[in-house]
Amino acid sequence: MALSTSSAITLNINGEKHTLPVDHRTTLLDALRERLDLTGTKKGCDQGQCGACTVLVDGRRAVSCLQLAVASEGREITTIEGVAQGEQLHPVQQAFLDLDGYQCGYCTPGQVCSAIAVIEEHAAGWPSAATTDVRPEAGVPELSAEEIRERMSGNLCRCGAYVSIVQAVAQAAASNTEDTEAAA
Amino acid sequence: MTARTTTTTSPAPANAAGASYTRVEGRDKVTGAARYAGEIPYADLAHGWLVLSTIARGRILSVESDPVREMPGVLAVLHHGNAPRVDSDYVGMLGKPDPIVEVFQHDRIPFVGWPVALVVAETSEQAREAAEALVVRYEEETHDVAFSSAHPGTYTPDGDGMLIEKGDLEAELAASTHVVDHEYTTPEEHHGSMEPHAAMARWDSGRLEIVDSNQGSGWVADELAKLFSLDPDSVRVRSEHVGGAFGSKGVRVHQILAVMAATQLDRPVRVVITRRQLFSLTGYRSPTAQRVRLGADADGRLRAVDHQAHSLTSTVHEFVETSAGFGRPMYASDAHRSVNRVVRLDVPTPTFMRAPGEAPGSFALESALDELAEKCGMDPIALRARNEPDVGPVSGLPFASRNLLAAYREGARRFGWADRDPRPGVRREGRWLLGTGTASATFPVIVAPSTAAVTAEADGTFTVRVNAADVGTGARTALTLIAAEALEVPRERVHVRIGDSDFGPAAISGGSMGTRSWGWAVRVAVTELREQLALGGDIPPQGITVRSDTSAAVGALAQKERHSFGAQFAEVGVDVATGEVRVRRMLGIFAAGKIVNPLTARSQFVGGMTWGLSMALHEEAHRDQATGGHVGADFAGYHFAANADVPVIEADWVEDTDADDPVGIKGIGEIGIVGAAAAIANAVWHATGVRHRNLPIRPDRVLSAGGALDA
Repeated sequence: MALSTSSAITLNINGEKHTLPVDHRTTLLDALRERLDLTGTKKGCDQGQCGACTVLVDGRRAVSCLQLAVASEGREITTIEGVAQGEQLHPVQQAFLDLDGYQCGYCTPGQVCSAIAVIEEHAAGWPSAATTDVRPEAGVPELSAEEIRERMSGNLCRCGAYVSIVQAVAQAAASNTEDTEAAA
Repeated sequence: MTARTTTTTSPAPANAAGASYTRVEGRDKVTGAARYAGEIPYADLAHGWLVLSTIARGRILSVESDPVREMPGVLAVLHHGNAPRVDSDYVGMLGKPDPIVEVFQHDRIPFVGWPVALVVAETSEQAREAAEALVVRYEEETHDVAFSSAHPGTYTPDGDGMLIEKGDLEAELAASTHVVDHEYTTPEEHHGSMEPHAAMARWDSGRLEIVDSNQGSGWVADELAKLFSLDPDSVRVRSEHVGGAFGSKGVRVHQILAVMAATQLDRPVRVVITRRQLFSLTGYRSPTAQRVRLGADADGRLRAVDHQAHSLTSTVHEFVETSAGFGRPMYASDAHRSVNRVVRLDVPTPTFMRAPGEAPGSFALESALDELAEKCGMDPIALRARNEPDVGPVSGLPFASRNLLAAYREGARRFGWADRDPRPGVRREGRWLLGTGTASATFPVIVAPSTAAVTAEADGTFTVRVNAADVGTGARTALTLIAAEALEVPRERVHVRIGDSDFGPAAISGGSMGTRSWGWAVRVAVTELREQLALGGDIPPQGITVRSDTSAAVGALAQKERHSFGAQFAEVGVDVATGEVRVRRMLGIFAAGKIVNPLTARSQFVGGMTWGLSMALHEEAHRDQATGGHVGADFAGYHFAANADVPVIEADWVEDTDADDPVGIKGIGEIGIVGAAAAIANAVWHATGVRHRNLPIRPDRVLSAGGALDA
């Protein structure tokens, strides 16, 4: 009996369920781009080295080129198409737009998804290689430019927009803090 | 005077080019709605996957395609034995084509990574597996990929600008009080656009349609028509969004193979080059070895400038990295010689890469000038001021505008240069040695004839059609602002459409000529349209369209030295324990003509400077002498600057006008990289007391060089 080379799977993407047959070799990235027409997630290297394909899987960032679609069932996947609230851009998207945190735009969806997670990871107290005091009692480190640079270094930008990207992440993080304080 | 601007969206003044505006397509880019070449769905789309040679020199004995053709989903295996013939004997916009366009036309293998087959299948997974299963047999010959300035095959090419001589060089060197004489090297560097080259081709109602990612859709359409002997009007190439290009996105094998496969299968075919394959298929910057000799009087006045640049090219095509040209407009000198030499090796053909010539050339000459300043006991900026020319040092032509010293004055003020202790190797902060450096930048002002069409629509809006390419430069936005300013209407009433060969001939996005060339054509069309509209009367439903062609006006431009200039500053820290160089801050002040949109212009300058940092410290492709191929042809093996490598980089500009220039825009895409690596290398000397003449300045090189690290 020949082994099956494809399976019907259900993916939960941006809050919607999509049932589709996929080749077992299909990556999550290719399933998004070639099967579901969600082309906002970009393929820069297909090897997990550039970060252009970054999506959020159960709220954490992941490079979708290194994840098989069949292994993505049961996960909540958020792509760039799912981060805005209708016409209202996510604060990270707005900051990238206002501060020109991009040029060609090809790495941008990955940068935006990564930045959203960075702001949440930082707020949750996760340290980075740039964190000087990692003891739990040290509390949440300041989200300095150095922290942002370190935490965003999984996302390459060949146009050289890093300076504006750091400004955009800082601005979005600040507006996030203001919103939290306003709600409290 | 310095143009000071905010970096956020500025609400006023409403129409003027000069205020900052976010990108017209910005919302599409941050939401993922912008579709690039490989992302537009087509019914019945087939996928092509390339197979590349694994030998550096020889010929193909057999492509064993029969077993692969039986694999699931496989539709075709194209190779030299069955591919359609193309005619590559033509002269295109940039001369004779790189013979990579002769894909599948013969059995010769000129380098590792030459295309030997294309597997086309129903899905990309099927195409990839079949491509990886394909067996190709070769007859291998010995190869030579060892580049050096002493290679016996080195020659000086024919052609303009390869050798320029003025005065008695040896006599002036002999009469000089101070002489600098060193070799500087830069490694093989790659463009690394984030978006890989991708093209979809299909036949639609008798026309060949190609959706591509390129720097000039008219250029690509014209060459494809020539290659396939088609009526130019029957070929349409579109390229709406381009995920970076930097010189690599012209006519390449992906478009040609997509056309071949789409023609053979009579269905749409998409070919995407993989990241690894890009390293051999889309060009790169040649490594360089450059000997620079400078001779000066005791007071720093230059008597002699000698710049001998060596680069490599392939055995099938001559491309020259013209590094020696950098100094020709820069400094007055009694004697001058600059020569570009090249050697043919069994490697892919290099191509234009951001500031071709100027980027490596400025590293060598601007490093040597810093060494001369040290010998003369002069400040490096004062040395450059002493040798400021009144006219083109080699040409004798007047400068259209030259504000290099104004850029230095503003840069020195903002960087705090006046407080600098010139002694090297004396500043230490913990385990860091600190230093600062500076260097000059320049890039020629180029323009090419372009056409544009501007339509006054019946609804009061205006549509601009110009075959521009926005490769991330912000050209679409700049053209919108230029048109709105010329029309004197709010920019929201102007819609600019670009990236479509049906819009007519236009300059490519390259040589920093795009916005200058297209903007000129748009202004000419707008001027005539306004004259027509001034006559009054209703606008008909189809609108009123005026077309322009700048060929005559461009041809009538007076002969002058036309260049942008800039002053680069850098501060570095050098870790005495690891040898790691960290750039702490950079400042670039540019004199680059009229700045159309400060927000995106600053991004261009800072992006170029980021490239300079990356060139100085990181980028280096490794070629294995035994196999002739790359080691680590990917973003791990080829590291370019990541976010954590890049500090605060500031860019700004000084006023730079030329009353005789009809547009005043000079172009800013390339000058940001020029001189940046030299400024960093000079700062590393200031920190450590050791000259680094070989890029990149890796930790191992810094450690083994010693200097103040051992103090």
